[in-house]
Amino acid sequence: MNGWTALDRFLRTDPRDVGCAEAMEMLHVYADLVAAGEPAEQRYPGLAAHLRACGPCSEDFDALLAAIHADRD
Amino acid sequence: MPVVGTRLDPVPRPAAGTALTDAETAEWVGLLAGAGPERDAAVDRLHAMLVRIARAEVARRGPRLRISGPELDDIAHQAAADALLAITGKIGQFRGESRFTTWAYKFVIFEVSAKCGRHFWRRPAVPLDAEDWDRLPGRFGFEPEQEAEWRDLLAALRRAVDTELTPRQRQCFVALVLNDVPLDALVIELSSSRNAIYKMVFDARRKLRAALTAAGHLGHDIPRRS
Repeated sequence: MNGWTALDRFLRTDPRDVGCAEAMEMLHVYADLVAAGEPAEQRYPGLAAHLRACGPCSEDFDALLAAIHADRD
Repeated sequence: MPVVGTRLDPVPRPAAGTALTDAETAEWVGLLAGAGPERDAAVDRLHAMLVRIARAEVARRGPRLRISGPELDDIAHQAAADALLAITGKIGQFRGESRFTTWAYKFVIFEVSAKCGRHFWRRPAVPLDAEDWDRLPGRFGFEPEQEAEWRDLLAALRRAVDTELTPRQRQCFVALVLNDVPLDALVIELSSSRNAIYKMVFDARRKLRAALTAAGHLGHDIPRRS
């Protein structure tokens, strides 16, 4: 990815983005759906849009998914 | 124009109780809502699980946050203890929308994030009010040998940061983009919330992109140069 693409991606916003508060509220539901192979992104497009743009929420989501998978192993 | 976090696209909630058919979830809720030795044993078991999750997560984030040794374990134990208090205090609010353990793990992961944010200020790499604009090209991966191509773009971005953003938006942009302060650390420093800071930066990003597009530096749909 070059600088133009990285800058454009950083500045581009998605109007469906629900923000951190709603994403954090529903993160456990979303994570269970993803872990179960359900179409979480289709069911929660605003939350998916948020996770694509928000580093901290995305990191928390990855951690939650890792915890779910660790339980199964 | 739609604004993030205004519930224009609210997250639909599943029907309450849909996951309580999961036997393990029902057992956890029953034990934690109960009393006596069985509840105490369940609390101990939950605490051990939370410590395990917290340790794994702190270890994963530690190198980036320059945390090591006993500090890692301190943060993990504090996060697990605080999460346990929150979970047992809110067990009556658990709606059964997910497995119980997923709901519980969310608490401890959020605690780890908050505590890592607080820890950042013990040894910050740069002061909050530093403004080293020379870091901007590297932040987005612009190559020095191509400076002739991106110099005008980044000069326009800096002008837009100075003229289009509110003082608070500018402060957040400088901290997050130039100084590489983690968002959760900025939340602590500004006594704010993750949602409030994110929304402020969301609005700033939208303003800056509009300014760069209007000036012809970025395309409407795709970057001018790719």
